[in-house]
Amino acid sequence: MRYMILLKGNQPATPPPPGLMDAIMKLGMEASVAGALLDTAGLAPSVAGARVALYGGKLSVTDGPFAEAKETISYALYEVRSREEAVEWASRFIKLHRDLWEGWEGEADVLKVMGPEDFENQS
Amino acid sequence: MTATDPRGVVETVWRIESARIVAGLARIVRDVGLAEELAQDTLVIALEQWPESGVPDHPGSWLMATAKHRAIDMLRRQGRYQQKLEEIGRATPDRQDPDLAAQADDYVGDDLLRLIFTTCHPVLSTESRVALTLRLLGGLTTEEIARAYLVPEPTVGQRITRAKRTLTDKKVAIELPPPSEVAERLASVLEVIYLIFNEGYSATTGDEWMRPALCEEALRLGRILALLASQEPEVHGLVALMEIQASRIPARTGPDGAPVLLPDQDRRRWDRLLIRRGLAALARTEGTIGPYALQAAIAACHARATRPEDTDWERIAAFYEVLAYVSPSPVVDLNRAVAVGNAYGPARGLEIVDGLVLSSYPLAPAVRGDLLAKLGRIAEARTEFERASAMSRNARERSLFEARAAALDDR
Repeated sequence: MRYMILLKGNQPATPPPPGLMDAIMKLGMEASVAGALLDTAGLAPSVAGARVALYGGKLSVTDGPFAEAKETISYALYEVRSREEAVEWASRFIKLHRDLWEGWEGEADVLKVMGPEDFENQS
Repeated sequence: MTATDPRGVVETVWRIESARIVAGLARIVRDVGLAEELAQDTLVIALEQWPESGVPDHPGSWLMATAKHRAIDMLRRQGRYQQKLEEIGRATPDRQDPDLAAQADDYVGDDLLRLIFTTCHPVLSTESRVALTLRLLGGLTTEEIARAYLVPEPTVGQRITRAKRTLTDKKVAIELPPPSEVAERLASVLEVIYLIFNEGYSATTGDEWMRPALCEEALRLGRILALLASQEPEVHGLVALMEIQASRIPARTGPDGAPVLLPDQDRRRWDRLLIRRGLAALARTEGTIGPYALQAAIAACHARATRPEDTDWERIAAFYEVLAYVSPSPVVDLNRAVAVGNAYGPARGLEIVDGLVLSSYPLAPAVRGDLLAKLGRIAEARTEFERASAMSRNARERSLFEARAAALDDR
């Protein structure tokens, strides 16, 4: 089953330590060598993006940044055998931030991508 | 809260880490059976300690470190530590660092690659290779393997035990094959992974048409191999083939579980991510001609056709032509017959089928029946589908063929 992990956080004033980037690369390699990581990339701050919305029948396009407490920082797509496995990979990623970037705070949403298993026994 | 339940964490971490732990230990103790036992012992320790002391921050590293210490302790106790150290020093002269523990910190995966080559070693029977690979690299339990292959659990257990003993008895070194043997040994590895995939993709026996869990496991192993042996084009060929084939899994069964064949599939249900990954892997094989890359190229032709009538059958027939030359087999010829039949008319396809000897392969009469039906030779076609049905050992496949025979009656 597939899980999409969205990382959101508040960046401290200090720049990300170089050690963190190395550790993230290493973890990415580990997840790949476990055959679990399908795709991942960092996301630019929302100032570089836009939001297309529909409310009350009205379509609107808003330029970033969006007024949100946390910016979405990256996404990762995993193929795993259980939700717990997806949570474990997300936890490892968050722990790197705790250990290597003082003051960083954030969260990872672990979202299940619907798959064939979600449609079983519906006939 | 399953995420913080120590037992749940142990099981999860085990699934993620077991292959690397076994692989790392195998390097130290030079014996996969022993390595697996030590890894299991470590798991037991974690199950005892974690509920008391809490789950360590880095459970994977904890398991690896504990396992390594146990391995080194055991070797010391047996007075074999120094001897092993020397052996390893001799066996891997390129290594500067004689520290076993440091060597086991090998996240890039050389250990895993060595383990894959060992579990797929030609001294083992094909069945043993499959069972041992699923067990040691997939982290599947004996019970899970038995369930997937519909054989009794003790049979799988015996296969694994015998396989481990054979590796020890024949003194199979846990190492990468010498360059002169890589191609041949790699072929065995790819074969094992593809066998696992195929058993999942179209089960030879049983009530279910597919066992997607086996496909996922094979894909996972293939992806790992593609990272570890990225210079080998056929590895990417196999991965491309499996990704593209797997992309069709959601469309291969109807709501009632009955098989849906390629021309009848709802192509909107094909998994686009897997197709993209497959095409990307295929691009890495360019300029090479190997059986997996060719089959992947054929699968890619289907994947690129948004409607069945857009399928480039002439191109597919040409690929089968090359495939029949590179890796001749009656099954390849049978598929070539289908492609030729679609590209150049059923009569040309039938010519090929009539020259084939495939006495126990149910798809042979099925293909023949299909070509005969297209030629309007209905009675003969029906006989062929009935033969196909009688040959099949898979319940779903059997009813598919029966339905084809019955549909001919309606004309």
